[in-house]
Amino acid sequence: MTGTLLTIAVRVLCGAQAHWQGAAPDPRPRIYFANHTSNLDALVIWATLPRELRALTRPVAARDYWQKGPVRRHLALKVLNAVLIERHKVTAHDNPITDMIEAMGERHSLIIFPEGGRQSGTEPAPFKAGLYHLAKHRPDAELVPVYLENLNRVLPKGEVLPVPMLGSLTMGSPIQLQDGEAKTDFLERARLAVWNLRHT
Amino acid sequence: MNFDPHFLWLGGGVLTLLIIASLIGWALSRRSGDDKWRSTVANLNARTNAWWVMAGVFGAALALGRTGTVVLFGLLSFLALREFITLTPTRPGDHRTLFWAFFVFTPLQYIMVSSGWIGLFSILIPVYAFLFVPLRSAAAGDCERFLERTAKIQWALMVCVYCLSHAPALLTLEIPGYSGQGAKLLFFLVVVAQISDVLQYVWGKTLGRHKIVPLVSPNKTWEGFIGGIASATGIGAALWWITPFTPLQAAGMALAIALMGFAGGLVMSAIKRDRGVKDYGALIEGHGGVMDRIDSLCFAAPVFFHLTRYYFT
Repeated sequence: MTGTLLTIAVRVLCGAQAHWQGAAPDPRPRIYFANHTSNLDALVIWATLPRELRALTRPVAARDYWQKGPVRRHLALKVLNAVLIERHKVTAHDNPITDMIEAMGERHSLIIFPEGGRQSGTEPAPFKAGLYHLAKHRPDAELVPVYLENLNRVLPKGEVLPVPMLGSLTMGSPIQLQDGEAKTDFLERARLAVWNLRHT
Repeated sequence: MNFDPHFLWLGGGVLTLLIIASLIGWALSRRSGDDKWRSTVANLNARTNAWWVMAGVFGAALALGRTGTVVLFGLLSFLALREFITLTPTRPGDHRTLFWAFFVFTPLQYIMVSSGWIGLFSILIPVYAFLFVPLRSAAAGDCERFLERTAKIQWALMVCVYCLSHAPALLTLEIPGYSGQGAKLLFFLVVVAQISDVLQYVWGKTLGRHKIVPLVSPNKTWEGFIGGIASATGIGAALWWITPFTPLQAAGMALAIALMGFAGGLVMSAIKRDRGVKDYGALIEGHGGVMDRIDSLCFAAPVFFHLTRYYFT
């Protein structure tokens, strides 16, 4: 119910349509990785997925942001079924990678933002290592690059009220970790896979 | 309100036109041709299919009376403004100003239409929004390209909201001997403006040779312009019986609508060219965005509204 309302709200605010350019919607385990410019990003990707995929796809989000207040907590845990991770005090017990792999299980997909935080520019910042570790642990999962356009204008950093603006999401062709590929090479390749999906 | 039998004729007329257009499209799609021909026919059929939906939505809104009509045009303004602002490079300092534009000025303008308060309706955006928009942006503290940003937001509000709101405002005009029949005046405006667009396209595609302003819109030709405007004027004159006008007056009004519609299409094309896009959006299959469909209406509505208000009320 809330999920349906949310998808309608996302349509009204950003008319976002997903362009499945390099990959078709598929329920197999996937890791969607995207550039991060707005707090709406996870919500928008999730809301534009077909209904049956929404139930299987879990956004990975910062615990410090999404656990604040009952509304965010409800959205994150009950509607989006998000995986909330610790970004600041990572310990052996509280390791985001373990949490993410556990959260994927047999059938779930993840949405992650490997830049680690919201960027103000359009070009994605260097990726954090998480994507590399996930790719290593889950070679079976497809890594789908996603480029989000114009969403930072809907809800810029520091603003609470959104403004309607047409945004777009482009899903590219899945990439894979090659045998013996160095971490930095892979992360840069993944970053370019996202950046190359832009229209302008 | 008693049911006006004119609507039966008008509804039947629109239905017949759409059926004929669909049949022609179907016949053309069965003929073989090269890729360019096939893509033109596919686009033509997509446009016709979208016309069915648009005619249905417009008809349903008219049937719901003034409230339904005001809500429909309010939503069109909202969607057009969203497309327009998306193409306009604004800065984070404009965010709160834009919030006011979308969620305060747009609804307020249509509330004025609905309440029939024509005085405030006429100055809300040209005066109050004009003064408030730069104030709100200045308060946000970002001076870069200030005048340019302010002008763009004001222009967006004027064309997408203020101009378009004159179409449903026709329902508020008190014309002697024509009370409660404003919906037919709106129908007249919309049909003449849209059919003029369609006929300019048809004449241009079949006979078009000489481009008018090739740098702005390569599809607009003198043949399309003259043929389209003349035939739209003729159709407007033939619709005199649903208006408070004589046939000659109806022809004059239709001519004004068609000319303003052409102007709207040309100006909105210039903006698209400048921003390097072909369409304002992709909401309406075959047509592009909402703004691509209502550009002519935005320019024609205020002129038709004031001509009618000045001479007939």
